[in-house]
Amino acid sequence: MSEPAIRVQNLGKQYQLGAREAGYVTFREAISGLFTNPVRRFKSLSGRATEDESFWALKDVSFEVQPGEVIGIIGHNGAGKSTLLKILSQITEPTEGRVEIDGRIGSLLEVGTGFHPELSGRENIFLNGSILGMSREEVRRKFDEIVAFAEVEKFLDMPVKKYSSGMSVRLAFSVAAHLDPEILIIDEVLAVGDQAFQNKCLGKMSGVAESGRTILFVSHQMAAVEAMCSSVILLSEGRIKARGETSKIVERYLRGVSRGEMQPLQDRRDRKGSGAVRFESVSFSDGRGRSVMSFQCGSPAEIVLSYQNHSERELRNLRVCIGIDNEFGQRVLLLDSKLVGRDLAKVDPDGGTVRFQMPKLALLPGCYHFTIFSTLNGEITDWVKNAGFFYVEGGSFFVTGQLPEHGDGIVATEHEVYFEPAAGVGRASDPPTSERLTTEPASSETVPIVS
Amino acid sequence: MSATTVTDEPPTTAASPVTRHQDRSAPATTRTVIEPRSGWQLVDFAQLWRYRELLGFLAWRDVKVRYKQTVLGAMWAVLQPVLTMLVFTIFFGRFGGMSHNVEGAYPIFVFAALLPWQLFATAVTQAGQSLITSNNLISKVYFPRLIIPFSSVGTGIVDFAVSLLVMFAMMAWYRVPFGPWLALVPVFFVGTVLTSLGVGTLLAALVIAYRDFRYVLTFLVQIWMFASPVAYPLSVVPEKYRLWYALNPMVGMISGFRSALLGEPLPWGCVAVSTAAMLASVFVGLLYFRRSERRFADII
Repeated sequence: MSEPAIRVQNLGKQYQLGAREAGYVTFREAISGLFTNPVRRFKSLSGRATEDESFWALKDVSFEVQPGEVIGIIGHNGAGKSTLLKILSQITEPTEGRVEIDGRIGSLLEVGTGFHPELSGRENIFLNGSILGMSREEVRRKFDEIVAFAEVEKFLDMPVKKYSSGMSVRLAFSVAAHLDPEILIIDEVLAVGDQAFQNKCLGKMSGVAESGRTILFVSHQMAAVEAMCSSVILLSEGRIKARGETSKIVERYLRGVSRGEMQPLQDRRDRKGSGAVRFESVSFSDGRGRSVMSFQCGSPAEIVLSYQNHSERELRNLRVCIGIDNEFGQRVLLLDSKLVGRDLAKVDPDGGTVRFQMPKLALLPGCYHFTIFSTLNGEITDWVKNAGFFYVEGGSFFVTGQLPEHGDGIVATEHEVYFEPAAGVGRASDPPTSERLTTEPASSETVPIVS
Repeated sequence: MSATTVTDEPPTTAASPVTRHQDRSAPATTRTVIEPRSGWQLVDFAQLWRYRELLGFLAWRDVKVRYKQTVLGAMWAVLQPVLTMLVFTIFFGRFGGMSHNVEGAYPIFVFAALLPWQLFATAVTQAGQSLITSNNLISKVYFPRLIIPFSSVGTGIVDFAVSLLVMFAMMAWYRVPFGPWLALVPVFFVGTVLTSLGVGTLLAALVIAYRDFRYVLTFLVQIWMFASPVAYPLSVVPEKYRLWYALNPMVGMISGFRSALLGEPLPWGCVAVSTAAMLASVFVGLLYFRRSERRFADII
């Protein structure tokens, strides 16, 4: 098979900024614009962006994918991964370049697209299946499998608004997982549901990967990428930075520093403190011993500092803090060995590492800088402002996999929501929007899924 | 984007143990080419036909949800034209004296016009907003975007069918004879649907391009009703203006529909002009939609 399944040549996508892009041009403005500046109006009507108000989300992207290959696409937020997938899925149009695809394409950019809360589970399976590109015949054939995978047999004929969030999400994923195209394009839809279901999803995805389909897979979960992909494309600022064997590229991604290169910690001269204990380097880990460049909201996160003992003797009572600031310079979190009662009683003459472990990172997606502050027996020994930075990507802090919008808070917090009738009023007279958010299949109350 | 699908390659054999059935919704091997399109694109009818099931599902969804949500359900489809007919009969027919210009009973005259009118009004209003309400579909899934305004005509058609039953009941009540001219009724029904599709598609694209157009939409439909022969007969319009008047495609469709139903002579001149206007609206609507289609996902 020498004919590539996907051939991308010099793909570019330019976005227009400003009022036109936001679609907030009003009809009134358009009409008056016709009179005041007909030439400019004509140019922008034809969709050609003027240089000063545009940016290139993708530029000069070229690559080929052979049939049966499973390719991962990685890169920081804003690197252009989603734009690339949207173009390949024919949702948005490229500004330049050309793509040739041989085979039926199935795109999974979101789970549960088109689900309507008023329709029953059964009806939504057919609707969603059709939206994803399955024929009614195909859905009918796979119907039992889909229902069994989602574990919703008993609730099939209830309206989806009565499902718990976990159930709706499982059903949505189940329909998507049974999509059977020759070429599958997936955008990070794996992290849904509780742990047990996530494992099921991963299993199903691996099965699909091994079945010989061509798969293009965008993910921030390096573990998933390493497990499923034979090769990886690294995107940065809209261009292909690297492409090759998975472990090599992933390592390069993890080690690479993209925008705003920070000076290595050991070379920093602008630090305060006695210097008896000095921090030499920082690394980040996902809590399972794997090195990462960015964290995921809701997942374990570890910041590891290694230090050197520059005094000639054994020292006592080392306290280390990491103050985390958001992009506005606000101090959002303090990690402090003293707060958790873990001062180091004595410092090794050679040095060592300090691991700050957060079992479930609550920081919302964004870029965070941190400051290292440490004292030895109460005396400041090392204080480095803006020692480094890290990104937090979206993740499954909540079982729905959703997070607050950008700007809607700094951290996520665990919470439960209960809707209850006023005392003395029977359940039967509750309006349909009265619901309880729970992860068990609720027999009575409901939660609307994103429709 | 020009997604030209060509089936001339031998089937790519994926090394998959899973037997895959031939799916009628897409050929076994397709080659898709994605590149920037030139401005003007024709409608790909073959593609629309391939996606007909999705069109059906979306229309079915709208109808089902509509009837599940309203307390009155199917009653609403009937109540609206009936109440309108009552109000028109009292104010236009009686007080306004319109009933003198009308042969036969005024109520049935109005009701006959309300059937195609409501179909058009509902379809066009739904279609106009369809892209905005379906914006999450547009940004996440691929399918020919024309499916969206097309499918929103579904609710209007269902309402029409229900009201038609009431119409036949009324005709029996007023002893309107049933005759071979009724064969023309489906023709005007189709004409009304086509007009709705043309205008609806155009409005859908305009609403995306200019956000305030959404508010113009309701107003537009309201005015349009008075510009159409619903409450008054065609004869009210002076002869010399009549053909200009028929440039409003609903003029021919409503008069034609009404005449066919009630057994009156058809105003052929007006019907011809309106049909031409209808074809023009379909042409312009589809073309404008196709041209602005590529920016939908970026703007929404």
